Amino acid sequence: MSELTVTLLRLGYLVLLWAFVLSAIGVLRRDLYGTRIVSRKRPAASAPAPAPAGGTPAAPAPSRSSRGRRTGPTRLVVTEGPLRGTTLPLGTSAVLIGRAPSCTLVLDDDYSSSRHARVFPEGDQWLVEDMGSTNGTFLDDQPVTDAVPVRAGAQIRIGQSVLELQG
Amino acid sequence: MATVEAHRVRAGRGTELGLLVVALLIAVSAYALVGLGATDELPADVAGYGAGLAGLALVVHVVLRWRAPYADPVILPVVIALNGIGLAMIYRIDLAREARGGDEMFAGKQLAWSAISVALACVVLIVLRDHRTLRRYTYTAMIVALGLIVLPLIPGLGVEINGARIWIRALGFSLQPSELAKIALAVFFAGYLVTHRDTLALAGPKVLGLQLPRIRDLGPILVVWAGAIATLVLQKDLGTSLLLFGMFVAMLYVATERLSWIVIGFVMFAGGVAFASATFGHVAARFHIWLHALDQDVFDRAPGGSGQLVRGLFGLASGGLFGTGWGQGRPDLVPYAESDFIVASLGEELGLTGLMAILVMYLVLCQRGIRTSIGVRDGFGKLLAAGLSFVIAFQCFVVVGGITRIIPLTGLTMPFLAYGGSSLLANWIIAALLLRVSDDARRPAPEVTGLLLETPAGGIPLDEEARNPVAVAGPGDDQPTEAIRRTNGGGRS
Repeated sequence: MSELTVTLLRLGYLVLLWAFVLSAIGVLRRDLYGTRIVSRKRPAASAPAPAPAGGTPAAPAPSRSSRGRRTGPTRLVVTEGPLRGTTLPLGTSAVLIGRAPSCTLVLDDDYSSSRHARVFPEGDQWLVEDMGSTNGTFLDDQPVTDAVPVRAGAQIRIGQSVLELQG
Repeated sequence: MATVEAHRVRAGRGTELGLLVVALLIAVSAYALVGLGATDELPADVAGYGAGLAGLALVVHVVLRWRAPYADPVILPVVIALNGIGLAMIYRIDLAREARGGDEMFAGKQLAWSAISVALACVVLIVLRDHRTLRRYTYTAMIVALGLIVLPLIPGLGVEINGARIWIRALGFSLQPSELAKIALAVFFAGYLVTHRDTLALAGPKVLGLQLPRIRDLGPILVVWAGAIATLVLQKDLGTSLLLFGMFVAMLYVATERLSWIVIGFVMFAGGVAFASATFGHVAARFHIWLHALDQDVFDRAPGGSGQLVRGLFGLASGGLFGTGWGQGRPDLVPYAESDFIVASLGEELGLTGLMAILVMYLVLCQRGIRTSIGVRDGFGKLLAAGLSFVIAFQCFVVVGGITRIIPLTGLTMPFLAYGGSSLLANWIIAALLLRVSDDARRPAPEVTGLLLETPAGGIPLDEEARNPVAVAGPGDDQPTEAIRRTNGGGRS
């Protein structure tokens, strides 16, 4: 065999090794982010689905209109993540967010802790507070340590989910 | 339940088949290139070898389609690729030994062990329909593990090879029982910690910002620590000892989320090893070789010198960035180039580029294991998957660390790559268990039953009686919610 063939075979094998590794990583990548892409298309696709699915985003409408006196945000909207589209009307009490069944907003999110964060009113504003979660809570990409005020439209990131105060 | 459906994953059996083809290509072309490089002609049986390996891979693939259709698609191809690369390197060392007049052939044996291991992995996948069954055998697993670890110490059965008493020889076979013990230990630790983690997670005094556990909860870690140090002293093997203790500490951390356990474990182990190396000669010798590997008198010492370690380093160095190519280097100059030092052999022939690819394969394998452990819904499965993938990762660290002189050399083997029947067998069983757990983790949540459909959880404005929705979380102390429910935002005015 010529020197050239030997070198080509030698480097070709390394290329093959890395091709395998990178395609395996490609599969992992799809596994990490794939669900989110799918869930973005979800609401449109599932519009004619049975009541629990289709009704989710529309549900809080009546309760919101019945409460006009508060000036602050009136609802908590999940804008990203498995629960995208879910809306919670904000009352006068705190909203506990996490994976535990006892939470107000139960996230089906592998990356959130069982009692992850709390959103609660104080005076005229709403505050968010991390409950000692593993992966942390982020308000506009800043980690939340103490209770910090949330303005309407600010993004609260919990695991794979992003929440927003609106209204 | 549209929101839950968003989590649905593709079963991935097609992806797996595609990756398997590439993995087999890697394995078979390595075999062919070894022949080309070492003897300038293709090995005569390359087609038969390829067919055999493809057959093994396909058997597991078909078993997965049949019994674990949602299992992770990456684990099997990575394992097949690693096993194939290992086989090719063992064959390459055989050729070199043959050229020098040796007659010991390991590649054939390793291929036979691969077939046995694949068969056993298939049996595990077929027989074990649900990994939670293993939880019933928590304490049985403990006794089995202790028995396996103690086995080499029994006179007449255990044999001492290269100073470490971790082998048994019976009926013409030699086995390293600690390889199998680690699986039993993972089962025991997972079963034990899932029941006791709440106590172990209780907070004690806070020192320097670190939340320490209560003193009285230190019992279990002390017992395992004593066991690990006893292994080190009696079997003279740092590897098994590290593995035993490392696995417990890692699983303890996963179970309790307390960083302090890792700190405590590390301090205890470092203290124990320092004490052992000051007191017992053989441990001290290992450390001396590690720290003074390049001294002439240490290098020259006939048995127990640093010759093997340093020749391995020279091999890695001569491999450079792109390696010498399959069959072109001299990895056989290192003693045990096909088992303990297979990483140095691969580093010489494939270079840093190839070795990195192999290490990334291990990374991918462990990542899949950890991801499985995040995704699976029961605590026992979480701990088992985390523990098993940690074992693979830790073994890689200990072996590669030993060869590159980051830590003292140990008797552990590189999973799937190194020559050794018991190691291959144990790691294939670990792969099968990870596949079994990942099937459970990725399987879509079961269809909601009629009872649940009667309580419309989302969509309808909920009032007082709906504020306590029916619990749909299944059994288990730590089952996260599977189905999505909504309540209104607490007290409504």
